[in-house]
Order: sequence, then structure tokens, then C-alpha cells
Amino acid sequence: MSTAITASARRHERPTASWRLTDRLGLGLAWLLGLLFCAIAGAIVVFFLIEGVRYLRPALLVTNPVAGVSQGETGGFLDPLLGTVIIGAMAMAIAIPVGVAIAVWLSEFGRPTLMARVAESAIEMMAGEPAVVLALFGLTLFELPALGFLSQTSHGVVLGQSFFAAAALLSLVGLPLVVASTREGLQAIPAHVREASYALGKTKIATTRRVLLPAARPSVITGSMLGLGRVIGDTAIVLLLLGGTLTFQPANSTPVLGVLRGTGDTLTGYMYYNSPAGDGNSHSKAYAAAFVLMLIVLALNLGVDVVVRRSRRAVRWS
Amino acid sequence: MDEDDLLEPDRSTAQDRRAELSLGALVFAVLALLLAMFAFVLHEGWPSFAHNGLGWFGGGGSVDQQIQAIFTSGDLKTTPVYTFHAWPLIWGTILITAGAVVIAFVSSLFVAVFLVEFSPEWLRRMLDPVVRLLASVPSIVYGLAGVLVIVPLIGNHLITETEKASVTPAIQLSGASVLAAVLILTVMIAPIMIAVFADGLRAVPRGWLEGSLALGINPWRTFWKVGVRTARPALIAGTVLATARALGEAIMLSLVSGGVPFAPNPADGFPIFLFEPTQTLAATIIRNGDQLDSPPMKHTLYAIAAVLLFSAAMLSLIGWAAKQPMRRYGVVA
Repeated sequence: MSTAITASARRHERPTASWRLTDRLGLGLAWLLGLLFCAIAGAIVVFFLIEGVRYLRPALLVTNPVAGVSQGETGGFLDPLLGTVIIGAMAMAIAIPVGVAIAVWLSEFGRPTLMARVAESAIEMMAGEPAVVLALFGLTLFELPALGFLSQTSHGVVLGQSFFAAAALLSLVGLPLVVASTREGLQAIPAHVREASYALGKTKIATTRRVLLPAARPSVITGSMLGLGRVIGDTAIVLLLLGGTLTFQPANSTPVLGVLRGTGDTLTGYMYYNSPAGDGNSHSKAYAAAFVLMLIVLALNLGVDVVVRRSRRAVRWS
Repeated sequence: MDEDDLLEPDRSTAQDRRAELSLGALVFAVLALLLAMFAFVLHEGWPSFAHNGLGWFGGGGSVDQQIQAIFTSGDLKTTPVYTFHAWPLIWGTILITAGAVVIAFVSSLFVAVFLVEFSPEWLRRMLDPVVRLLASVPSIVYGLAGVLVIVPLIGNHLITETEKASVTPAIQLSGASVLAAVLILTVMIAPIMIAVFADGLRAVPRGWLEGSLALGINPWRTFWKVGVRTARPALIAGTVLATARALGEAIMLSLVSGGVPFAPNPADGFPIFLFEPTQTLAATIIRNGDQLDSPPMKHTLYAIAAVLLFSAAMLSLIGWAAKQPMRRYGVVA
């Protein structure tokens, strides 16, 4: 449909020769930059594909990083990979319920109006907040003795670095995306659907829970996947708040809580460690980790595609 | 029975009111958290501003030495040192962000126009998911490619030995430079811009374009004058989003911009100036993030964070303000 203009132009064999020079230059530039973008995009994808296939070995996925002198001795990235999964799950466990609740309030209640306007702009602003600032804030916040139970304490000093701390701050990174997408989905539902439910004697909250949220589920899932992509791709918060210890360093021997209160790493942190700026400085390991991370991001993107396509096929309100 | 009829609607509204209150409380809590963060960052950064005055934003001295002095003064039992002149960092941030945003804006606009209107159907179908994928690629991945491929490329092939020699006593030109940072940052934020721009351009009512075409205006001029203008709010939204990303990018820029708090000097000559290393505000926080146990250092880092937070808030405000006059005409794209 959007090709209508060009298609019609082609049908009528309208030569661009009659165009003004600036218009022809503009069109030419659009083609040039469009093709240049294709080339760059292709180069990036192909580059990481080649480097990833070259360096990724199954053994890297199942062994832990260890200190070693040569490339062969430094192990793989099992713990960082698990760390990415844990961090993503924990951050989204906070961001999804809170984000959906905020979106519901904004779209269905939104009173007083002033607060709704403020909340709207604040969420928008949150999406533009630098992650480093969040990380710095989180570091001081979780060093408070009152929050010491969420991280480790040594000699009476709270460390402030743990999976809990990192996930809490990362949930703020994912939150705006969940809110924006859910809200869009809720607002796309026409008013008569709500009115039909009210006419049956349902309360507003029951309508939201039974009618609106199920209908907006594709938007919630899309927002969550986009948010998850941002969360697992973040490096600043992970470096400052997760401790950047390559393997899990549990705070104590309690099975799950000990690990979550302890420090660890994610794929992004592992990549930083293996970049020339980090201590590891091993290109092959960094490329392999980047490849795995790209695969995860690609999977999330495909997931969004599938969800969007399926929701388009679903019931139309009319 | 009477009572039941009266109670039923009451109970339901009470349920609603409870839900509204609890949801509202949650929203309020998130707002309060944000506000607390703003207040806290400003409060923690205040000593650094107070000691330096407007000189904080000025130049003078080596930032590295200042940071070193600030950090060590926190360890010893001496008077804390606060002297900090952040101009090299601010200049580096402005240079890299502005360069990348300007280049990315112009090229993204053309690419988005191409993508929405002028590209062949098969190319569009292939590129749409690619744009979204590139927009969600983690920045560290770009940073890795930049530091392992682009930086050596610039260092070994673009910078000549004479250029290296001409600035040798002051700095070393290794390839990690403003140029590398701008290039990588452009590639990183362009997909974000393209995605938002293309969404806006697609939402332009077809009738408006067809009206212009019916008047005999050629497709390019039609789309440029009608489509792109109608999508202005989307252009602003995309630019604000991308600029915020660029401003807050820390890791990637600390990898490719050299990590030397040096203010690239345009007086050094045109190409050399672009090859000089620098460091951004956000990257400084990451590099010194492990030194928070020194109180003056902590205040200094929070002052940097406050500047970043303030810029991000202003950016969001500017975007909002720029969209207001357009909203009046019902231009929502």
C-alpha cells in the first residue's frame, strides 16, 4: 500500500528527467543512503556471524571462567550466561507487574489529571535516563544498612552489590518499554468493548482484568520482550551493581538466596572483561559471548514478530 | 431484598475505588522514587558544585590529576580536595553526541524515507526486521566491534606518522578517537531513529499524499514536503530518544573514545582534531565507579551524574515542548 506512489509513477512511465535537479538529487541520496544502510547492516550481521561461528565452541557454554595464563585455560562463560538469564528474569519479574499496573492506571483511571500528566512525562523521561546514573544511585541505595539483607556484609560494611540490587535497578530500565507498549495496547481497544462489559454489571477493575488485559496481552508481551532486550543488553548497571566477579560468588551457603545476594556477572559484563579495556582481554571469548548475546536478542525480536503477527490475525473489534 | 439491591452497586464501586487507590499509590510510589533519585543525586553532587562554583564547567588543569587528587584526599585524613574542572569531559560529550546525532539524523531521515516510500517491496520486507534488530543490539556489542576493528583501522591506516608526531608530547594518537566514537555511535543510534521515523512516516494519511500527487507534484517532492512535514513529531521523538541514548552511553564510548580526559582542540587542524582521544561524562562515572568509598570522589561523581540527569530531563522537556504546537493541528504521527 505504501508503494502506491512509486508504483503509480512507474505505471505511467513518468521519467524522473522532468524533475527538478534537487528532487533528483534527493531521491538519489535516499537510494544511496538506503543501500549504504543495507551494506552496514549486512556487514555487522555477517561480521558477528563469522566471528561467532569461528570462536564459539560448545565447551564454552558449559564451563566456568577460571583464571588462567593462556586462552585454553580461561574456561567458558556458563555462569555469565546463567547470570544473564537470572538478571533478565528477576528484572522483568518486577518490571512487568509494575509496568502493567502503571499502564492500566494511566489508561483506565488517570485521575487526578495532573498526576496522570506528570506520570506520563516521568515515564517518558525514565526511558531517556542514563543507565550509569541509575547504577550510581543504586550503588548508594543498596549500601544502606537497612538494605544490607539484599547483599553481602563484611566487617559491618554493606557491599551493595548483588543480583537483587542489579535486578532492581535494571527493572527501571525495562519499565518504560512495558508501560508504553501496554498502554498503547489498552488504548487501541475501542470504548464500546468497555461499555459492553459495564452494561453487564461488571466493575471497572473486573473489566480490566477479564476483558481489557487479555485483549492487550500481545502488547504486554511485546513490551516485555523489548524491555528484556534492553535489560540483558545493559552493561553499566551490571558492572557497578553486580560486582563483575566472573563466577557466582554466593553471599552464604543458602541454596538460592545466597547466590542472589552474592555477586556474579552477565554476558555483557563478561564481554567487557574480555574487551581490551578489561582484564581478560581475550578477543575470541568476547566475540563468542557477543554471538550468544546476539542470538538471544535475535530470538527476542523474532518472538515479538510472531506475537505481533498473531495478534493481527486475532479478533478484530468492530 | 431492598438492602441487597442497594448494597450491590456500592460494593462494586468500593472494589473499583480500592483498585484505583492501590494502582494510584503504586504510580505515586514510582514517581516518588524518581523524585527521590533526582533529589538524592543533586544533594550528593552539591559539595562538588559548591566548592568549584561555575569553574566546575570550565577548563583548567588535567582532569586525570584532579580526579587522582580528589580520590586520594578521601583516603588520607586530610582536608578533602574538590577542585574539578570538567570542561574536557563536557566538550568530549558535546562533540561526540552532537556529531553522531547530526550525522545519524540526516542519514536516518533519508533511509526512513527510502524505506517507507521508495524502496522495492522485497528490500523493505527484508530491512524492516533488520532495523529493529540493530536497534536492540546491546551497545557493548557495537563497542566491541568498534574497539577491535574500527579503532585499529583508524590508528593504522587513517592517521599518518607525521600526524602522530605532530601532537606526540601532548597525547598519543592510537586510533581510539573522536572519529571512532562518532562513527560507532552513529551506527548505534541510527537504527533507533530509523525505526521511529519510519513509524511516523507510515502513519501519514495517504489522502494527503495523493492530494499532492493529484496536483502534479512529483513523488519525491510530495513525500518530502507533505509526508516528512506531517511526521515532524515522530522526527522529534526519535531524535530525542536517540540523543538520550547517546548522552547516556558509557561503556561503548569508554571503549572507543580512548578514555583520556583530553579536550580535542579544533586548532590542531582539521583531520588531526578528529583523531584525538577524549572521554565523555558518562564514561568517567564508569571508569571511577569503584572509588565511591572516597567521599569527595563520590560527590564529584554524583555531580557528573547530576549534569547527565539534568541534560536528559531537559532533552525530554524540549521534545515535549517542540511537539506541543504541532498537536494543535491534529498532527499525531
